Amino acid sequence: MSNRGSHLRRLEAQSIEIIREVVAEMSRPVMLYSIGKDSSVMLHLARKAFYPAPPPFPLLHIDTTWKFREMIAFRDRMAAEAGMELLTHTNRQGLAEGINPFDHGSSYYTQVMKTDALKQALSHYGFDAAFGGARRDEEKSRSKERVFSFRTGSHGWDPKNQRPELWSIFNTRVRPGESLRVFPLSNWTELDIWQYIRSENIPIVPLYYAAERPVVERDGMLVMVDDERLPLRPGEVPQRRQVRFRTLGCYPLTAAIDSAATTLDEIVTEMLIARTSERSGRLIDHDEAASMEKKKREGYF
Amino acid sequence: MNQALPSLAGQALDHLGDHERKGLLRFLTCGSVDDGKSTLIGRLLHDTKRLFEDQVAALQKDSRKYGTQGEELDFALLVDGLEAEREQGITIDVAYRFFATEARKFIVADTPGHEQYTRNMATGASNSDLAIILIDARKGVLQQTRRHSFIVSLLGIRHVVVAVNKMDLVGYDREVLQRIRAEYEAFSQGFGFETLEVIPMSALTGENVTRRSEAMDWHDGPTLLEHLEAVEVAGEDRLGPFRMPVQWVNRPNLDFRGYAGTIVSGAIRPGDKVAVAASGRVATVARIATMDGDLDEAVAGDAVTITLQEEVDISRGDVLSPPESRPEVSDRLSAHVIWMGDQGLRTDRNYVIKAGKRSTTGVVARIEHGIDVNSLKHLPTSTLALNEIGFCEIHLSAPIAFDPYEVNREMGSFVLIDPLTNQTVGAGLIWASLRKADNIHRQAFDIDRAARARLTGQTPRVLWFTGLSGAGKSTIANLVEQRLHAQGRLTFLLDGDNVRHGLNRDLGFTEADRVENIRRVGEVARLFTEAGVITLVSFISPFRSDRQMARDLFAPGEFVEIHVHAPLDVAETRDPKGLYRKARAGEISNFTGIDSPYEAPEGAELVLDTVVRPAEELADEVIRYLGL
Ligand SMILES: Nc1nc2c(ncn2[C@@H]2O[C@H](COP(=O)(O)OP(=O)(O)OP(=O)(O)O)[C@@H](O)[C@H]2O)c(=O)[nH]1
Ligand SMILES: [Mg+2]
Repeated sequence: MSNRGSHLRRLEAQSIEIIREVVAEMSRPVMLYSIGKDSSVMLHLARKAFYPAPPPFPLLHIDTTWKFREMIAFRDRMAAEAGMELLTHTNRQGLAEGINPFDHGSSYYTQVMKTDALKQALSHYGFDAAFGGARRDEEKSRSKERVFSFRTGSHGWDPKNQRPELWSIFNTRVRPGESLRVFPLSNWTELDIWQYIRSENIPIVPLYYAAERPVVERDGMLVMVDDERLPLRPGEVPQRRQVRFRTLGCYPLTAAIDSAATTLDEIVTEMLIARTSERSGRLIDHDEAASMEKKKREGYF
Repeated sequence: MNQALPSLAGQALDHLGDHERKGLLRFLTCGSVDDGKSTLIGRLLHDTKRLFEDQVAALQKDSRKYGTQGEELDFALLVDGLEAEREQGITIDVAYRFFATEARKFIVADTPGHEQYTRNMATGASNSDLAIILIDARKGVLQQTRRHSFIVSLLGIRHVVVAVNKMDLVGYDREVLQRIRAEYEAFSQGFGFETLEVIPMSALTGENVTRRSEAMDWHDGPTLLEHLEAVEVAGEDRLGPFRMPVQWVNRPNLDFRGYAGTIVSGAIRPGDKVAVAASGRVATVARIATMDGDLDEAVAGDAVTITLQEEVDISRGDVLSPPESRPEVSDRLSAHVIWMGDQGLRTDRNYVIKAGKRSTTGVVARIEHGIDVNSLKHLPTSTLALNEIGFCEIHLSAPIAFDPYEVNREMGSFVLIDPLTNQTVGAGLIWASLRKADNIHRQAFDIDRAARARLTGQTPRVLWFTGLSGAGKSTIANLVEQRLHAQGRLTFLLDGDNVRHGLNRDLGFTEADRVENIRRVGEVARLFTEAGVITLVSFISPFRSDRQMARDLFAPGEFVEIHVHAPLDVAETRDPKGLYRKARAGEISNFTGIDSPYEAPEGAELVLDTVVRPAEELADEVIRYLGL
């Protein structure tokens, strides 16, 4: 970041300050690592914040078992490179009950395999602060959230009663069992993220780049056939198409877009002329009008 | 889309370079309820083409469901993102939105107009450089317009746009505008605004927002967007002398000791001398270390890690500055306080005070005056209720380094936190130190705590034993002290009964005295640990907030809270001093466990169960915990 006073340098510095504040004040922080582009940027910032030491907290990945295979390989490599402990957690009970996005619907599946799993892991390890890579520009209820967002003992968010947050003074006080969700990327936009990845050469999962991949077209979305678990509907035949992803989640719930962008510059160019928002590729966001806020109140990130 | 790529790529990437170089303007919208703040932001996002197709589709759907504008789009729904907001058609909490034009990038905070949510408005204002104050043309200047304007001015915002909105509802009447302009200018005269632009508009139709209004061709000033793109808002704070509050001491190994923090003003280079505000010590910057290599210079806004040539004792919350222009250091301050607690401010209560990267405790000893936001008159008062503003005298339990808020926002601000509820209940803006002697900078004492600790060869700590009367605190504390003494360690035991007879014999058992009792013991324990002594405190100390106040006096890890646990019935049967019997008989009142509660620690470092294990074993456990 040589470009003094530039927008990205300011964003970088603010995020580093936030990350350091958590480590200075909380007794057991963890960084939620979802393997996507925002997580990659957040991890990079954490490494900068504590250089030359590795970040003094573990990474936590909530593994729904439905992530793209490429993501898992990438995750293990990045954690090792950063010299950080990687914790993974799966909701065993949900797995045993065979909860999946097809038979149980994306909403219930998300509740069990993501939200409940996350709450289990946070309680199990006794984390009192968890970093998340969410940005305010992603979604309307996120645009309302504090950088240091208080969570009750049952991990709930009360959007109508948030702590005032002035200047860069953060109230980090919690009682045992309560916790904070902390969002160092609150003020970054999607464009800032890509630009930063480009200028810092941050590695990202190859799924963000266009390549020929097996997909089926379903309800107007392109779903990638990442393994044999995807039940094909009558008449559906996987075809190979040049596609990429703007955002990454569970493969059955994340839509691909037709694209020829195979370099970062091409990705950014495509983004600048895009007509739809990045979250339009997230099937879970469409479930109901206030769905993100509802999930967040229940403990989702 | 694919075909379009090659031809557009070059153009788009040029655009990217511009995006990175563009200046950033942070602003907020504020003003009274329903004046059209959220509508205005929605309009700006829409007209600057910041909306994606799926967002516009969602807005159309939402407008039909919740909208206030019939078949038309209700732009407020773009920003009022919470379910409760959409249902009630009001803004409750601040929304942060982002947009950019060819000229600039913007972060906008859309804040609520309701008086009840003033703290959320202040949240949005605290990081803004410019405020758009909306006024409904039909209603003119209201109390909430005045309140918000005053807060904007108090928080140091020097650039204001008065958006006289809903001109479509007053027939685009020029006289309406002139009346409001005159009233507002008279009211805001003393507010120190450097620019004040009054713009008539309609957020609903977009007139004078991003495009000129034909119906208001008499308006010869800029449109809102033209003004936002052009206004100069130099961040003057950043030009001041070097200041860096130390946020985190980075010690990965014996060879590296870095002080990490964000520079809030000025610049620093290797070779520069820096002074540590609290101790007065001076050292030389060796490196500015970053993952991208060492820097030749770092400036305000940068988050850096500095190493020093000399070994000095610096911890989180210390402030680094040039030796010739240091911040003030004081434990008595005057400050404006914006009260945000649902319960009023109390002058007999301890609050946690977080200033920069430093937390301490303190009391608002006196409210010099409250301020009536309508008339700006000073009012005598003994409390501040929710959303009230006062000028106060603050007494801190430890001195802090600061600059007046007017000079440096980051160095002159603090928040008050209620230690019982952990809520942020106030925002403070420091005016001045109340000790004249503070203009003389502290001289470094040559013998500091690190030097004393070296001499005694031990890490000083305070072991705070809390529990019911008869739980076994004194017994165990005595055993621990004996064991430490046998190891050749320097110790001191402060016991409730002894201290009550000497140092605290002027104190009774009222709430204020009880707090003062613990405060004094905490302070004495701190002096002992500074002297290098392992200090044992054996006090019932039944209230969490009191123990927290004591804990806040110490560095992290230094305060060891030990809960000596016995159930009430067990302690009462033991009754070594016959006190429970007396309390039951009504001979003494406010006795912990009988007619006054004991709040068990929730985050004690150690819990010792005296029912199942003998005192000797428990004493050994304490020694093990200390690693001794
Ligand atoms: N006619 C007309 N109506 C407007 C204009 N601007 C806003 N409104 C309407 O005024 C009402 C209140 O608008 P909001 O944008 O929600 O007001 P607000 O200031 O954000 O309200 P709070 O945040 O709750 O204080 C809505 O019904 C808007 O459609 C305008 O310029 N002309
Ligand atoms: Mg509003």
